[in-house]
Amino acid sequence: MDKEALIPHVAVVTRIVKETPDVKSFYVSAPEGGKPFEHKPGQCAMLSIPGQGESMISITSSPTEKDFIEFSVKKVGRVTGYLHDLEPGSQILVRGPYGRPFPVDTELKGHDLVFVAGGIGLAPLHCVINYVRAKRQDYGKVTVIYGSRSKEDLVDYREMLDEWGKDGSIDVRLTIDREEEGWDGHVGFVPNYVKELQPALSSKVLICGPPVMIKFTLAGLKEMGFALDQVYTTMEMRMKCGIGKCGRCNIGSKYVCKDGPVFRFDELDELPNEY
Amino acid sequence: MRKLALDKLDAFFKAIAKNETLYLPVRENMSAAFERYEEGTVYFEAPNTLRSAKDFFFPQSETLAAFRFQQNKIEVVDPRRESEDFVVFGVRPCDVASFKILDSVFLADPVDTYYQNRRRHSTIISLSCTKPRSTCFCTLYGIDATKGGADIDSYKCDDGYYFEANTEKGRTLLESLDSLFTDGDDTVVESQREAVRNVLEKLPFGKLDMRKFGKDAKMLELFNSPEWDELSQSCLGCGTCTFVCPTCQCFDIRDFDTGHGVQRYRCWDSCMYSDFTQMAAANPRRTQKERFRQRFMHKLVYYPEEHQGVYGCVGCGRCLERCPIHMHIVKVIKTLGEDA
Amino acid sequence: MQDEMKAKAIEMLSSGAVRRVVGWRKGDFDYDVTPAFFESVEDLQAHFVYNDFCGPNLSKYMVKVSRMEGKSLVFLKPCDTYSFNQLLDEHRIKRDQVYIVGIPCGGMIDCYKALRKSGGDVLAMSSDGTTVKVKTLTGEMSYPKNDVIEERCLCCKGGKHMVYDELIGEEGTLNPDSNRFRGVKMVEKKSPEERFAFWRGELSRCIRCNACRDVCPACTCELCVFNNDASGAATKAPVNSFEENMYHIIRAFHVAGRCTDCGECSRVCPERIPLHLINRKFIKDYDELYGSYQAGESSEGVSPLFTYKESDPDPSIVLKKGGSDNA
Repeated sequence: MDKEALIPHVAVVTRIVKETPDVKSFYVSAPEGGKPFEHKPGQCAMLSIPGQGESMISITSSPTEKDFIEFSVKKVGRVTGYLHDLEPGSQILVRGPYGRPFPVDTELKGHDLVFVAGGIGLAPLHCVINYVRAKRQDYGKVTVIYGSRSKEDLVDYREMLDEWGKDGSIDVRLTIDREEEGWDGHVGFVPNYVKELQPALSSKVLICGPPVMIKFTLAGLKEMGFALDQVYTTMEMRMKCGIGKCGRCNIGSKYVCKDGPVFRFDELDELPNEY
Repeated sequence: MRKLALDKLDAFFKAIAKNETLYLPVRENMSAAFERYEEGTVYFEAPNTLRSAKDFFFPQSETLAAFRFQQNKIEVVDPRRESEDFVVFGVRPCDVASFKILDSVFLADPVDTYYQNRRRHSTIISLSCTKPRSTCFCTLYGIDATKGGADIDSYKCDDGYYFEANTEKGRTLLESLDSLFTDGDDTVVESQREAVRNVLEKLPFGKLDMRKFGKDAKMLELFNSPEWDELSQSCLGCGTCTFVCPTCQCFDIRDFDTGHGVQRYRCWDSCMYSDFTQMAAANPRRTQKERFRQRFMHKLVYYPEEHQGVYGCVGCGRCLERCPIHMHIVKVIKTLGEDA
Repeated sequence: MQDEMKAKAIEMLSSGAVRRVVGWRKGDFDYDVTPAFFESVEDLQAHFVYNDFCGPNLSKYMVKVSRMEGKSLVFLKPCDTYSFNQLLDEHRIKRDQVYIVGIPCGGMIDCYKALRKSGGDVLAMSSDGTTVKVKTLTGEMSYPKNDVIEERCLCCKGGKHMVYDELIGEEGTLNPDSNRFRGVKMVEKKSPEERFAFWRGELSRCIRCNACRDVCPACTCELCVFNNDASGAATKAPVNSFEENMYHIIRAFHVAGRCTDCGECSRVCPERIPLHLINRKFIKDYDELYGSYQAGESSEGVSPLFTYKESDPDPSIVLKKGGSDNA
């Protein structure tokens, strides 16, 4: 990390992809080309538009990408609204990366992995999935269970089906909340779909999505016999400084920006339920 | 120890101010504040200043970066110039203790260089307490009100001020002022400290039951205590306790459009404020009870858990005097600490 | 008085007529009372207090309390009833959820003044209505209560309640000679430069804790403009040295015509800034321009600032800058 942790750097948005009606992906590089910084899967970075403020966004691209860092951003507030109005070639400010990554090279290595994502919650897991794809031989069976409100709200699902699932190296399972014309895939909520699919009890599970999805998925996993220390999640909570000082992202004695955003559920279980 | 005659105090201030910026307490009792010393500044020996000494290192607002625009390019400017050295006289031992707490946050990796710069450029002269207030409870945390432990410690005794340096910076400053001093008798200071200790023994909140708090606290049990409802019910949600507190260090980062560019500044924030944890789509602390609980859990449980049992409060008593509804940390400790 | 109030509260709580009693809870040093919502007889017995330190105006709490389940009893001092009425006028309190017991007030003690006078090391403090007795870490002292009563009590509006369901004690009368504009007149006498310097000096001490706003019964917006990012005026701290001045000026304009002059802003200010003078200047000006009007006198009052008549004078502070006769 930089010596001056609170001063951002200029970066260039080289490419913008509209993923869903309210999610866009931004490919960001340093002004002189190349990545603005190195990161690990699960980390996030602070993006800002001068005059509008900063927003902590998780990194979607794998660290194995050489030329850019990708952020998938849902339009929810002021900064993300301005980001959505940008044109390719625009300059923005970035600082980071922040946070504790997923333990891809330690606890997760060698295991079967199940990724459970809902809506924009795919973004932080996307990075891990691409990392796992790049180092496929290091992991066992990999399953991605991803759901959204509707077909058009599924981020990147073409990429998922065409690339990830194509060679059979990853089992991609998609679902949408309600029946829809032109959709012949699974219909139903993510937590129920996870139960239907009955992942192997030896797997490590990575969950990210809306709080209610996380809550019911976790309950389902517990029912199936999963232990809390097999399940990981990541949270983007109101981070401001990113370096464990400003005091607004804490859950009990832990800081999301420093001790998270990736937590194992047995760690969260010891913290106040304030997230 | 080095001794300064009582009537030479202003000469002492003048001599420091000749070379460095000096800050000292001015104004009477209930609204004392640190101000920059200039010719004619009247020093007031306050039991404590209304605002704490944290302001020297962590000002209420400061610019972090400035952005200028040319066509579609952004230029990032670090607005800092080299800080000047400064001296603060009259910091009470509770505030000196608060610096260690602030250090543990701001100087932890990654270092907050804004804070660090000011810290490095400061020389702190503590003034040991002689007249504790009934709202003081530093002794609860093992803080010695009779010895500050700053760069220089000073003592006001009947026959003069006594000085003792603890750091290299302190020694250099004292040596540069040596012509003002005579040799002082340490036993004078010792006997005064003893007398003050006797008063400190009688502080009404100096010996509260802390067994339920600290690093071994049953955190979730305290967090879920039904007492928080009553404790927080009439809290106004203002920031008084936070802003006068020497250890509260939460901040916000915001942008300000000057019309010629953008300044990114940080400013004090308060976990008591409703928008402190507001996110675009949700707020995990929706009622004042949750915000109130956060402030006290942080000082009494969360901070000690991460810092070897050291509490995030120094017992300066500012919030006891200033809270508009007199609901403060002592009442919280008493209520939650019962039946330990 | 305290005993009568306690008996009333216990009677209404135990009969089920009310679910809770809004009053003041005893502190550690007598002077440090806290507004509280009592829900049990035991709690009332042990901790309910009414004495010369019960300055906090409970009216604003009723915005929140009147939306809780069940009816609530609230004790209101004469000057608190103006705030209550004004809040009724603004439809902020559910009147049928509140049972008001009007109580007499003999002037409240200003904690800051009392602590200053007592030297700060107070262990216990009591008042018999005329004399304050203090026990300190080092000894005892006593002094006349009048030396340390709140500014708002020095120019009391009178002992008459503007709204109540029941009174304890005898109803008081209005005090037409409150002389409450004395302070404003002193500021008006200053030259524009002196006046500017006076306020810059006072407001320079503001720590922007928002206590004045958060305690103010006229400040009950769901989302204050200073907290609303979309307003463009949201700030938490001074960005420049004039910021605090703007905060107080904007707030004064916003409560003009609705401020009942309850004095809570000055009571809670940790820096002892005489904020009430700003609000009182507005009151004095519209009194002089449009005829006397007291916000909160009635729950259906219409402030002259919210009405327009063709005959209204059209003062300009721009044309005649400065001076007390700028109307």
